[in-house]
Amino acid sequence: MSREIRFSVPLVVTALISLLAVADGAKRPAARWASYDLPQVATINKRMIDSWKEWEIKPSQNATEGEWCRRGYLDVIGRIPTVSELYAFTKSKDKSKKRTLVNRLLYDERYTEEYARNWTTVWTNVLIGRSGGTERNSLTSREGMQKYLRDCFARNKPYDRMVRELVAAVGSSKPGAENFNGATNFLAMKVNEEKGTLATAATARIFLGLQVQCTQCHNHPFNEWKQQKFWEFNAFFRQTRALRRFRPGTRDVNSAELVDEDFGGEGTPQTPGEAEIYYEQRNAVMLAAYPVFVDGREIARSGFVEDANRRSLLADLMTSTNRTVDRETATYLELAAANRLWGHFLGYGFTTPIDDMGPHNSPTHPELLNYLGLQFREASYDLKQMAEWITLSAPYGLSSQSNTTNVTLDDPLLGEDPKFSRFYLRQMRAEELYESLVAATQADKNAASYEEQEKEKNKWLQQFTVAFGNDEGEEATIFNGTIPQALMMFNGDLIKKATSADKGGFLSNLANNRRIPNSRKIDFLFQAGLGRRPTDEEIDRANRLLILRVQDEKGDINKGTIAAMQDVWWAILNSNEFIINH
Amino acid sequence: MKSRLSNGMTRRHFMEHVAGSSALTVPALSLGHSIRAHANELRSNHKAAILLWMGGGPSTMDIWDLKPGAATGGPFQAISTSGNEQISEHMPMMAKQMHHMSIVRSMNTREADHQRGRYYMHTGYVPERRVEHPSYGSVISRVLMEDETRSDELQIPPFITVGGGSVGPGFLGMAWAPFSVNSNGTVRNLKMSLDDRRLVQRMETLDLIEKGFVSQRRGTASEEHRKILRKTWNLLSSDQMEAMKVAQEPETVRERYGNTNFGRGCLMARRLVEAGVPCVEVGLGGWDNHSNIFATLENNKLPELDRGMSALVEDLEQRGLLEDTAIIWMGEFSRTPRINGNTGRDHFARAWSVVVGGAGIQGGTAVGATSDDGTEVVTDPYTSQDVMASVVKALGIPLETTFTTPTGRPMKIANGGKVIEELFA
Repeated sequence: MSREIRFSVPLVVTALISLLAVADGAKRPAARWASYDLPQVATINKRMIDSWKEWEIKPSQNATEGEWCRRGYLDVIGRIPTVSELYAFTKSKDKSKKRTLVNRLLYDERYTEEYARNWTTVWTNVLIGRSGGTERNSLTSREGMQKYLRDCFARNKPYDRMVRELVAAVGSSKPGAENFNGATNFLAMKVNEEKGTLATAATARIFLGLQVQCTQCHNHPFNEWKQQKFWEFNAFFRQTRALRRFRPGTRDVNSAELVDEDFGGEGTPQTPGEAEIYYEQRNAVMLAAYPVFVDGREIARSGFVEDANRRSLLADLMTSTNRTVDRETATYLELAAANRLWGHFLGYGFTTPIDDMGPHNSPTHPELLNYLGLQFREASYDLKQMAEWITLSAPYGLSSQSNTTNVTLDDPLLGEDPKFSRFYLRQMRAEELYESLVAATQADKNAASYEEQEKEKNKWLQQFTVAFGNDEGEEATIFNGTIPQALMMFNGDLIKKATSADKGGFLSNLANNRRIPNSRKIDFLFQAGLGRRPTDEEIDRANRLLILRVQDEKGDINKGTIAAMQDVWWAILNSNEFIINH
Repeated sequence: MKSRLSNGMTRRHFMEHVAGSSALTVPALSLGHSIRAHANELRSNHKAAILLWMGGGPSTMDIWDLKPGAATGGPFQAISTSGNEQISEHMPMMAKQMHHMSIVRSMNTREADHQRGRYYMHTGYVPERRVEHPSYGSVISRVLMEDETRSDELQIPPFITVGGGSVGPGFLGMAWAPFSVNSNGTVRNLKMSLDDRRLVQRMETLDLIEKGFVSQRRGTASEEHRKILRKTWNLLSSDQMEAMKVAQEPETVRERYGNTNFGRGCLMARRLVEAGVPCVEVGLGGWDNHSNIFATLENNKLPELDRGMSALVEDLEQRGLLEDTAIIWMGEFSRTPRINGNTGRDHFARAWSVVVGGAGIQGGTAVGATSDDGTEVVTDPYTSQDVMASVVKALGIPLETTFTTPTGRPMKIANGGKVIEELFA
């Protein structure tokens, strides 16, 4: 180090380390189990506290305000908060500021687009998978699916109505086509092949929490669903076809049209008045089946659409309550929805996996699950209200740091049932990472239209999807904490852009922002990425990087500062603390 | 491998460069591990396994256990091979290699659902709620990497899958996850755009943040992330990545393997094994033939399989690698002898075949048999565990090797399967 640079550098260093006191996101909320005047929150809290007592574990301390805020933004609107959003929360003196924030994210117009985008992403992956619509000549239009879902969530369509529309949809799959109905994309690829067994399995699994695909061929030892039930459920889908519509003059599929047609049954001769289907038992005996819902309710056996539109009747059965028992007991649909939403926010559902809720896989908190299901019904299937109860509940507010009583007893990775006495770490989804980087680096300032943004994101997302090569369209994501992900975070274009020193970019703007003193710039980066202030050691490291970069830039402090900020920002984005929702 | 990085720097050079340039001391990125390796040092253990994974569930009675003339037999004829077993007429190149490979024709399993079958055949366990089992690839690579010399030398992941399909590392942790590449060997985002000195300084800063978070007792995910960073770092600076570049092979070799994803995958598997990777999985999907099965097999699937697989066996043999390398061919299950109304076969796990060879496994025989119509196993039935126990034995791994699951349960390698003795006669 030359004498001159050594002389000039300490000045900068002093400026950088003398941090001003800023709103400290490290505070922990004082009120331990607030219920925010919501009886649902009070009930969740009470049941949880009782169960922790029973297991003799103490819940972890509450998450810091910064952690909670970051968590809420990620889970409700799919990205981390910006620094100003974070400060607005941590600085607020409002006693019920958590409720205020949740309400803002759920109901404030400024967040409608992001809320709808987040839940559209979640549900698109549930309904058609990560690769649905990307296969060559696919009947699915991913764009159409997303258009439909975006509309549902932007308008907060009641959940039962959404399910009804997805299950009973008719019309064209592709936006712009005549009688376009995006809801058709859920079933477009699931009805033509193999007698609609894919539609059967997906509908039961996603909306009713019942995994029935194994019972297609035979009764299964650990599944109470019998083969008969599978085919009775399957019978509801047998009027349905997805017709291919080609691009004029080619054999390229342009769109699909989902229709219901009269079904003559599988007998010879056909008997459409009583259209039965047949399935083969393992002992080669053939049995007949007619449409019967999982709870035993039957519909007319006619295959004529005019007499009995089977899919439409199925949608009715799925979304209605049955008999008097349902007054006290939530239906399959209600339980499955409550379990899915709980799992979304808490990282684990009451069953693992969340969509396998059959009798062989009993829930960890059956009464609470049932209660949430019934409350969901009371609230007319309003997803936003359920999101509010869960995000304001005690378990959602806990730290991910364990204590001596719950470190092993409450770690689902160790095979324990989740007890929700701590917040379980989970990695951001690829989509969340993408949106978080856009928000943190304000990269959308010069962005194109919504559609173009989505297109670009979808292209980027495709690199992480691996298909397994069977007819059921099984797939996996390699954005799962392994090396390809790490390589993307090290060297990928997205990160290059986020850490670029280009004029007008995030770092250059921050470096040149006179309203943020130099001393606060490293602080700003940590808040933007991690929702907390840097430790002394981290500040020290940042300053040493600054010295090195200024040297590299031959004493140009401006250039050196941006370069050092690039290094720090790169390290922050690559850290476990950034990518893990904690 | 002595090839060089695209930027003209060997790994050794890179690490030395790193050592000299670092202005910030962080012991976590110590260099001992790689500097110790000597190019001339002999590896004490060359064993490896290649799994040829047939996603979708191939109809083995149309490939390895033909029943010509039976009502269920389909149109294919059986042909004689260089071994004692007969196979499908549409596998003529493989027929010349069968003295190296044996068919286990008495597979009898219970999982006929894709997801469950894939899990079971990859792990030896049926899915359970409380524990996620590691795939065989993760287990084998972990055991073989206990050899210190070998783990010092290998800078790229010890379990690589080409064309996907494997289940994950389960409770062994993400550090043993399969590294997934496509058959062209292109690994995204491998190119470093930063000078090495600055990259190291960034890594050190990153490590500081990581350490802080790990120390806060938040669970294993944060530690796993740190391990993965270390592995990524090793890989970034390794010239062993060249093993993935099948395009470097002479054209005649590439043609022999076939210009298909599977063919290139098989060729890459050979290169990776040569580079010291203990476990490679090559995927070939498209076997879920519920309809139009015979035309699909004859015109499409079998020619691709025949070319790639036979080239792999032959090439490994000629390079003297076959005696240390086990090859396993299997899918998640097979297909019904009954031919359905769409000229297809449906899922079937009760009676089917897998193929194994290499690493001292007896070639040229057929173990066990199925009934004349292919619907039942008529000899001692074998399972996923038995096949894997046999492979484990061939790799010189003691069958008593035991892991402890996170719940504290001991988990025996290959789930306590029995060695199929006929494979070692």
